[in-house]
Amino acid sequence: MMPDLGRYAAEVLWSYAGGLGLLAVLVGLSVRRARKVAARLAEAERRHAR
Amino acid sequence: MSIWEYANPKKFNETTAPLVPWLFGAACLCLVVGLVWGFFGTPDAERFESTVKIIYLHVPSAMMAINAWAMMLVASLIWLIRRHHVSALAARAAAPVGLTMTLIALLTGAIWGQPMWGTWWAWDPRLTSFLILFLFYLGYMALWEAIDDPDTAADLTSVLCMVGSVFAILSRYAVNFWNQGLHQGASLSLDAEENVADVFWVPLLVCIAGFVLLFLALVLMRTRTEIAARRIRALEARARAVEARA
Repeated sequence: MMPDLGRYAAEVLWSYAGGLGLLAVLVGLSVRRARKVAARLAEAERRHAR
Repeated sequence: MSIWEYANPKKFNETTAPLVPWLFGAACLCLVVGLVWGFFGTPDAERFESTVKIIYLHVPSAMMAINAWAMMLVASLIWLIRRHHVSALAARAAAPVGLTMTLIALLTGAIWGQPMWGTWWAWDPRLTSFLILFLFYLGYMALWEAIDDPDTAADLTSVLCMVGSVFAILSRYAVNFWNQGLHQGASLSLDAEENVADVFWVPLLVCIAGFVLLFLALVLMRTRTEIAARRIRALEARARAVEARA
């Protein structure tokens, strides 16, 4: 149930959208880079072991 | 057992591998509980009406923006004094997290300031020092990218981190140093006579715990990524040396 945010509804909702959006981008980019680098390391170690 | 054992990348990776998912889980739990509680379960404040709900993002992100720089300062000093690579990589890993926290604090502060102060931005001591801290984060990350030799990059960014610490301290204490500007004093303080009301304070504490746990989870995961990237560079350099000899 959405609370009544009164005349400042836009400000509150934009703050939450912006803040949570930035956190989601940060987590998403960090996880994506971690996976990419882990895959590259596994490949490099496999090549190096040969 | 000594804390310096964790300066060994292998030991660091072994220790942090099981911690990261738990930290992410705990961070998600605290953030969901704190934000849902704050957004849906707290009343409007008398003076600020519904904009009081912005503190659940603004205050924890502003705290973490400053604390992230403090953590980077400690890691940089460890690098400069003891030359442990993991500490330099941890400082590098924390910078984008601190940058995002600073951006969230600036953004939510501006959105809150427009209806409450009548302006998106004012050259107030705390706001200005926060903007400079944001620029220091950008400069710190740019310096890491700009220098090829990782040890030189770690040295120079550590020095930059020490210089930027002045603004990290200012952004926390500017309100106390200069008795001017629009920004109010600390919302939460152990020595303040008056903090925010309990009804806002408890969910705010849960949100702060969520931001701290998220910061720890992200920094550990990103440090592990930096260690892996460093290992790739070492393997590639070794392979090039072998090829050159052959």
